[in-house]
Amino acid sequence: MSQTLTTRVQPSLLQVEHASRWYGNVVAVNDVTMTIGPGVTGLLGPNGAGKTTMIQLMAGFLEPSAGVVALDGRPVWRNESVYRRLGLVPEAEGLYDSMTAWEFVLANAKLHSLPDPRAAAWRALGVVELQDAQGRKIGTFSKGMKQRIRMATALVHDPTVLLLDEPFNGMDPRQRLHLMDLLHRLSDQGRTVLFSSHILEEVEQVASHIEVIVAGRHAASGDFREIRRLMTDRPHRYVVRSSDDRAMAAALIADGSSMAVELDERDGLLRVQTVDSARFGWLVPQVARRAGIRLFELMPTDESLESVFGYLVTRSAR
Amino acid sequence: MNRTIAQFTYHALLGRRRMMLLLLLPALLIAMALIIRLAAGPDIDPLITTHLLQHFALGAIVPLLALLAGTGAIGSEIDDGSIIYLLAKPVRRSEIVLTKLAMAVGCVAVFGALPILITGWILTGSTLNLPVAFAVAAFIAGTAYCVGFLLLAVVSRHAVVIGLAYALAWESLVGGYLPGAGALSIQQWALAVADAMTPSTDVESMVRLAAAIPLLALAIVGGSWFAGWRLRSFTLSHAD
Repeated sequence: MSQTLTTRVQPSLLQVEHASRWYGNVVAVNDVTMTIGPGVTGLLGPNGAGKTTMIQLMAGFLEPSAGVVALDGRPVWRNESVYRRLGLVPEAEGLYDSMTAWEFVLANAKLHSLPDPRAAAWRALGVVELQDAQGRKIGTFSKGMKQRIRMATALVHDPTVLLLDEPFNGMDPRQRLHLMDLLHRLSDQGRTVLFSSHILEEVEQVASHIEVIVAGRHAASGDFREIRRLMTDRPHRYVVRSSDDRAMAAALIADGSSMAVELDERDGLLRVQTVDSARFGWLVPQVARRAGIRLFELMPTDESLESVFGYLVTRSAR
Repeated sequence: MNRTIAQFTYHALLGRRRMMLLLLLPALLIAMALIIRLAAGPDIDPLITTHLLQHFALGAIVPLLALLAGTGAIGSEIDDGSIIYLLAKPVRRSEIVLTKLAMAVGCVAVFGALPILITGWILTGSTLNLPVAFAVAAFIAGTAYCVGFLLLAVVSRHAVVIGLAYALAWESLVGGYLPGAGALSIQQWALAVADAMTPSTDVESMVRLAAAIPLLALAIVGGSWFAGWRLRSFTLSHAD
């Protein structure tokens, strides 16, 4: 990515204080408090967790049912002036397909009343590497290119805060790497960048700070190692099938690597709970071999992101 | 009037099949005028002209055109979410509404008022000043309709259905026949203006001009202000 934005910017803070948003009886976001500062923050959560609602609250496109969302101390709701400092990349909103990339980004620059909109539009197209496609109509773009056009419109006014809703969706690996590189550079310039994702590995590669949201609740907050530790130090559940489940249960209890072992005679299996999944996966075959038991199956039952997030929610509620 | 917002509106309004519909309605009106003129010759009874312009042009074509233009000027962008590119800018919401309204009214002027003027000329020339009277009435009614339909598009996702029900059921049926309902009919308000501009006794409104003008002003100014106010509280429809 050849073009650059302003090298250093004034830091901006997005503050969410006890924000809730409900639709009738449905609570989409429930009493969330967080502060998003300079650097890249990943808003992590499973699908339907309330990530888009959070981003819309932060972008001033949803009124909090309770609480406040403010940018540098000023509420964002019904406050058009925040868009001088804030850029938003929506997930999949429509674009003006009959406009060319140049026309569209230039129009966005003009709406910001920038002193030199043409230079700003050209620079923004360069940042997302779409200068070569500037004359093409947006309707002919691939999904990834459309995402980059959204990015260009959000960056055209050199914002200090950038909000991105699931920005990696629909991108090929090369485009993903480019976007990750761009987010890193924006972060290095002191910008506040927040992006949502439901993929832990995606967040891990970009974000220096992670906010986890599950079922509308703020489940965890911290750097990646902290979140990873929370996720791995939880109780893991396994199903074990062997040639002698009763002897296997006794051997696992004797070994001490399991928190709980339940013999399910009806289904002919063992249900085991452990806190150290890596050691457990290594240990079970050893224990089976020592006890002379044939191991048929060793399967985790709660490795889905939903169950991991669910654990974080119950943990934060305690 | 913001030229950049007008550019976005142009692409949203005229870049699609809506353009065909906007052309079709006035083409139908002018075609009807030509057929009548060819069939009846040069001495057409002004009553025929009045009926065509009042009931078909002002009563049906103008509200339908305004529905297409008024809801299309902002409704399609709200439906597909592209409005976010306008709203995520430090631009006054009233400026967005007024620019979009100007575009919609421009459509009604070009595809409604102007064809009505041409239709009147084809049928009766300048007799009784009917073409100008109905063209002015169409422009005023079209402006009021556009405000109403644009406001409807801002407050409801079902603007076209509600607007169609209003245009066809209220304006074409109820408002034209029930004296009380006529007081709340944009068509009757505009007809009062046409009535004042022509000596023809065939043009008659259920509403007096003294009442029609303040009602039109209230609808246009009040509706525009309310649309801008509601747009400040615009909420994106979907969220996970």
